[in-house]
Amino acid sequence: MGTTHTLRVNGKRHELAVDYDDTPLLYMLRNDLGLKGTRFGCGEGNCGACAVLIDGRAQRSCELPVWSVEGKSITTIEGIGEGLGASGRLHPLQQAFLDFQAGQCGYCLSGIIMTALELIELGGEPSRQKIVEALDRNLCRCGAHARIIAAIEAAWKKSWDEVMGGSTP
Amino acid sequence: MTEQRLPWSIHENPSLDQWVDFSRSGVARVFSAKVELGQGIVTAIAQIAAEELRLPMSQVVLVSGDTRYCPNESYTVGSMSIEIGGTSVRMACAEARHALVEQAARLLKADLSRITAEGGLILLDGKPSGLDYWQVAAQVDWKRPVTGAIAFTPPQALIGRSVARLDLRSKIAGGGFIHDLEMPGMLHGRVLRPPSYGARLQSLNRSRAEAMAGVVNIWCSGDFVGVCCEREYQAVKALEALRAGAHWLESETGHDARGWKELLPSLRSIDSEAEVGACPASAAGAHRVSAAYSKPPLAHASMAPSCGIASFDDNRLTVWTHSQGVFPLRDALAVALGLTREQIAVIHVQGAGVYGHNGADDAALDAALLARQVPGRAVRVQWSRDDELAWSPLGSPMVVKIDGAITPAGKIAEWTAEIWSGPHGRRPSRGAVNLLGASHVDPPIPFPESYEMLGAFAGGARNSEPAYDLPHRRIVLHSLPGLPFRTSSLRTLGGYANVFATESFIDELALAAGADPVEFRLRHLTDPRARQVIETAARLSQWRPDAERGTGRARGIGFCRYKNTAAYVAVVAEVKVQMEPRVTRAWCAVDAGLAINPDGVVNQIEGGIVQSISWTLKEEAGFDGCRVTTRNWDEYRILRFSEAPELKVELIQRPDCPPLGVGEAAQGPAAAAVANAVARALDLRIRDLPITRARIIAATAGETSP
Repeated sequence: MGTTHTLRVNGKRHELAVDYDDTPLLYMLRNDLGLKGTRFGCGEGNCGACAVLIDGRAQRSCELPVWSVEGKSITTIEGIGEGLGASGRLHPLQQAFLDFQAGQCGYCLSGIIMTALELIELGGEPSRQKIVEALDRNLCRCGAHARIIAAIEAAWKKSWDEVMGGSTP
Repeated sequence: MTEQRLPWSIHENPSLDQWVDFSRSGVARVFSAKVELGQGIVTAIAQIAAEELRLPMSQVVLVSGDTRYCPNESYTVGSMSIEIGGTSVRMACAEARHALVEQAARLLKADLSRITAEGGLILLDGKPSGLDYWQVAAQVDWKRPVTGAIAFTPPQALIGRSVARLDLRSKIAGGGFIHDLEMPGMLHGRVLRPPSYGARLQSLNRSRAEAMAGVVNIWCSGDFVGVCCEREYQAVKALEALRAGAHWLESETGHDARGWKELLPSLRSIDSEAEVGACPASAAGAHRVSAAYSKPPLAHASMAPSCGIASFDDNRLTVWTHSQGVFPLRDALAVALGLTREQIAVIHVQGAGVYGHNGADDAALDAALLARQVPGRAVRVQWSRDDELAWSPLGSPMVVKIDGAITPAGKIAEWTAEIWSGPHGRRPSRGAVNLLGASHVDPPIPFPESYEMLGAFAGGARNSEPAYDLPHRRIVLHSLPGLPFRTSSLRTLGGYANVFATESFIDELALAAGADPVEFRLRHLTDPRARQVIETAARLSQWRPDAERGTGRARGIGFCRYKNTAAYVAVVAEVKVQMEPRVTRAWCAVDAGLAINPDGVVNQIEGGIVQSISWTLKEEAGFDGCRVTTRNWDEYRILRFSEAPELKVELIQRPDCPPLGVGEAAQGPAAAAVANAVARALDLRIRDLPITRARIIAATAGETSP
């Protein structure tokens, strides 16, 4: 009981003390670092609302003990754009969600955006099927699925076109 | 306009200063008790206010759901927020604009007809007069009634235009929910819920929890056990220790939850009925059809388990909540806690999607009960997924039996619907506390017995009267007060089951009459708006009357006018039945009168269809006669991305008609469209929801067995 861990979150190093060795990353992000964009949805890894990137892979922070991510690079929703202010620039993927009004209550979106980001950054050719497969362990209760898929597909295509030289007929 | 025509919200809150305020330079503050539930209402009401005040939306600040400032408009429910709340704000803002212009005319010593307002500036003959709203506002007596007599300004810039949701950007960027609030010195609370309804706490060993890191307070009263800790994960661990130290006595209720069709009609009921038109004495040659349908209990299954925050300071209680009704919650809290209403402020903060009476109010009381033990410190109570699925009220199971007769000419001659349902309206209020924690503390305030009688407030009978032109219909409601679990409002109340049953039955009648389902519906509809949504959905989907039955793939249609007064919706669903029944595509036409924010309407309809498909194909809350058995996402399954259909929604915009609510308009038609498509795909009717593979196999076996 009562150990300290060094975490690298959104490019910054933090020394954090935990009371219990099994303390999940989620609680440290939300309460100790104030990164509230990572959501608590079930605490059992079933819904995906708490997904963050660990060394580029989307993982569920409600199930990851803090010790297991020491030394790894952790990225949260706050680390991909420029934050909450109305003037702060959104990541192109977030911007696509805004453009498509892809959300209703929005609670599931952080985890979905982080999961989709992993997929886009892996760099393959855009594929609706891959989006659907990647999101299949993420839940949305309001029924915004169609818009969410469309927003991700649009952002992925844009990113792909840029990588491929930006020329589409 | 006469007094009677004022919306309820204005009637209850007649003074203009309850609705608008210009005391802050450069902005108009507009007050509404209608709250954001993920449905986009805050944006739509801000559009209405800005348009009517002739201000850009950036100069309108909407204060919503705060008992300290807002008019008491009761709940945000029933798809009435635009119809009643929005119209009230529109009337108040029209009145405010008029008051400002009138006062400006006096100050400028000019005839009223020469004065207009734009962007907060007072114009004289269309040119800036040197005055603005805020200079004039100081000289207006705002304690004046909202008369409803001021004509609305013709929509120009905002009403009827698609506007991006005001709250969505922040939510996409990682902000925006009650769960994220931090108060100075805030403690984290957890409540140990009993394992089942009716379980009684026999003993509690709290010594292990008391010795744990960060534990500030453990409070036990009756069957209520709560803990407050300095850090959140300390509270999670302390709760585990308390759970291990608690011994409960559980009791079977004697209810067998299997087979709602057998169970519900066997329960004690309070009956009411209504009959319209004369029942023809079984017209000669009429073909009689009869069928019974069932719907299981459903969970809200919000993405976020409920959360409440409360703080007691100097014997005053402040509560932050994602409740749908801050005023009724305040009144119920006053009774539960023995406080006066004046001692309590309830402030709405947005939560995850709300689809009815979920755990929000209960979490607010949990926080208040724990905060009372630690005065001066805010307490945040976060429910677990298990709490949310097991303890939020469920949408009631229902059985609907319909008997009908068609004439040789293929017209419906008789219609009798008999409904068995638990109550759908058990929200907290002053008269009925209805709060979970209050039912567990000592002395408890148990949930009062609740039942419904036919009438405007009978949730179980919602949409039981078909929107078709029928010469006769009879509705019988068997309201069941004694279900062994808590039921209350879930999106559409009884509307989902009643439309599923009605529209399934219409297809059964069409089949008996040898008619195409679309044509059969149109045959019984003269309302042009109803006809148009059906015709539009049929056109969008390229409906084929001659489609073959029993090919494993088919389309079905469903229609309703929600509550018989709100939006008209028709849905066509395409279903493929292989291993699992799956909806591949859906087309929808909606007529919501004047759609304030068309894209917002379409988004709500899309969500309604998808949520309904999830209910219809997958969902059922389990109950084993003692415990709720569906307590995590593995046990309570909802629609996944791989199962979501492609959608096409067409909005029929009617700028000259009053706006109609849409939040609950699509669920019934979508369910019926799916059920009707499955019936055509299989040439076999499934009448019990959810339509799962197991149900299809059982129905097929039932049909082929001797």
